[in-house]
Amino acid sequence: MTLRPDLAIIAAHVNRGARILDVGCGDGALMAALRDQQGCDARGLELDPVNVAAAVGQGLSVIQGDADTDLADYPDDSFDYAILSQTLQTTRRPDWVLEQLLRIGRHAFVSFPNFAHWRVRASLLFGGRMPVTRLLPIAWYATPNIHHVTIDDFRALVKERGIAIEGAWFLSGDQQTGSGMANLLAEHAVFLLKADR
Amino acid sequence: MSDDPRFGLRRSVTLPGPLRLDGGVLFSPVDIAYETYGTLNSDASNAILVCHALTGDQHLASEHPVTGKPGWWARMVGPGKPIDTNRWFVVCSNVLGSCLGSSGPATINPATGQPWGMHFPVITIRDMVRAQAMLLDHLGIDRLFAVVGGSMGGMQALSWAATFPERVRAAVVIASAARHSAQNIAFHEVGRQAIMADPKWRGGAYYEAQDPPAAGLAVARMAAHITYLSEAGLTAKFGRKLQGREAKTFGFDADFQVESYLRHQGLAFVDRFDANSYLYITRALDYFDLAEEHGGLLANAFRSSQARFCVVSFDTDWLYPTAESRSIAHALNAAGAPASFVELSSPFGHDAFLLESPELDRVIGGFLAAGERQ
Repeated sequence: MTLRPDLAIIAAHVNRGARILDVGCGDGALMAALRDQQGCDARGLELDPVNVAAAVGQGLSVIQGDADTDLADYPDDSFDYAILSQTLQTTRRPDWVLEQLLRIGRHAFVSFPNFAHWRVRASLLFGGRMPVTRLLPIAWYATPNIHHVTIDDFRALVKERGIAIEGAWFLSGDQQTGSGMANLLAEHAVFLLKADR
Repeated sequence: MSDDPRFGLRRSVTLPGPLRLDGGVLFSPVDIAYETYGTLNSDASNAILVCHALTGDQHLASEHPVTGKPGWWARMVGPGKPIDTNRWFVVCSNVLGSCLGSSGPATINPATGQPWGMHFPVITIRDMVRAQAMLLDHLGIDRLFAVVGGSMGGMQALSWAATFPERVRAAVVIASAARHSAQNIAFHEVGRQAIMADPKWRGGAYYEAQDPPAAGLAVARMAAHITYLSEAGLTAKFGRKLQGREAKTFGFDADFQVESYLRHQGLAFVDRFDANSYLYITRALDYFDLAEEHGGLLANAFRSSQARFCVVSFDTDWLYPTAESRSIAHALNAAGAPASFVELSSPFGHDAFLLESPELDRVIGGFLAAGERQ
């Protein structure tokens, strides 16, 4: 099975045999890949019970729960990597979730759609309407994305919180793109973070 | 293996014990009635223990000797089923205190030659588990591939992982809880009082007269049965429909279908269950509080466990609601145990775990199969 491009980047940068927590793991595609190909001890947290049942049916360890509340139950430093893919913008308190990820994991991968991509900007600037794009396909009133974020917003938040960026990857049309104009040209960003402590 | 007299349907064994009970009593000998399905492999590594609920029994997937009905989990256990007896050796034993062949208040107290009655010691969920551990010793099973249970069976599965951490590789806990709530205890007390208020109960010494407190036990079952169903389920099945009549009778006959149904449930139950066993097992459930056994912190119960856990709840179960399962999942997380938890959707309330549920099948089948890859 082919992984979504942001998940493929994450999978390529996780050490063999690492302990990982995938927050918002969906049906467990990334967890299964990490378990089967890299011998990782993968655990997941997922809100949708249908997804959880699918993941557990594959033999994955997934807890049905809500990142906004249930991350508090995980002990400190219990994972090598905490992963939050395409979920940050759906949480009620993204900054709290980020802190939890770096409390639970020694490193954190965070991926999100970039709200400052030129297509999004153009849609808002010229159309005057909330953008509906390939990565943000749902109308404003129904979208689960309640905290839209740009690459520069994210960089500013991690700087303010004293979080170190260990790696950053940017995607446009499923291809990697440079970091220079990422805030304008990248549809999608993946960051590898480490707490300064 | 197949001609080993220890294995097969309708087995029983008298183990010398003694079994040290939580109440302080040294109990012996210990009779255990059980069944096995499938074949134990050469290194005894494919055994799954299935633990039954309050009024369940060892007839997991075989015809019940009294009712003639199929086993209570025949849809889950068998060749090609989620608990696949082609792959696994499945053991199910009648719990200590019950009445289908294991030691309980209706069995003979060797000291007096009379049925134990209320002289039977009060037992706990952990005592049931200790008796099962003695059975596994007898069967030559050191370590379980998995322990699986719903409702009270789930409590036994939790207690197994906490009490014998080195003997459990995986635990499946369905529609269950790590402790009995005030509401759970309250419903049980209604049932016990119904039995004890029946003059035929005679302080528990009704065996000789062969005239058990059937009315009291039937009422206890009726009250409990309501807690196994959901309001939506009852409404869908019965609503306010009348039973075989066009109009209300202005009397106290079973005018409503739901009344007739409950009366039937109560009457059918007394044919297959002992009233004193009902008292003892409900007491064991009420005493259950796994956190209390581990310094008040549920996570401590799982600190030495190496097992994988799978916790499942049903959204319409108000007897052991999802919040109870979620607190188990939180404790497992805090203990760092590999744990899964999912709330499944079903209209059938607590009883959902016994009924058709393709999602439950997929979850259990997938979870168990994953253990074979390890």
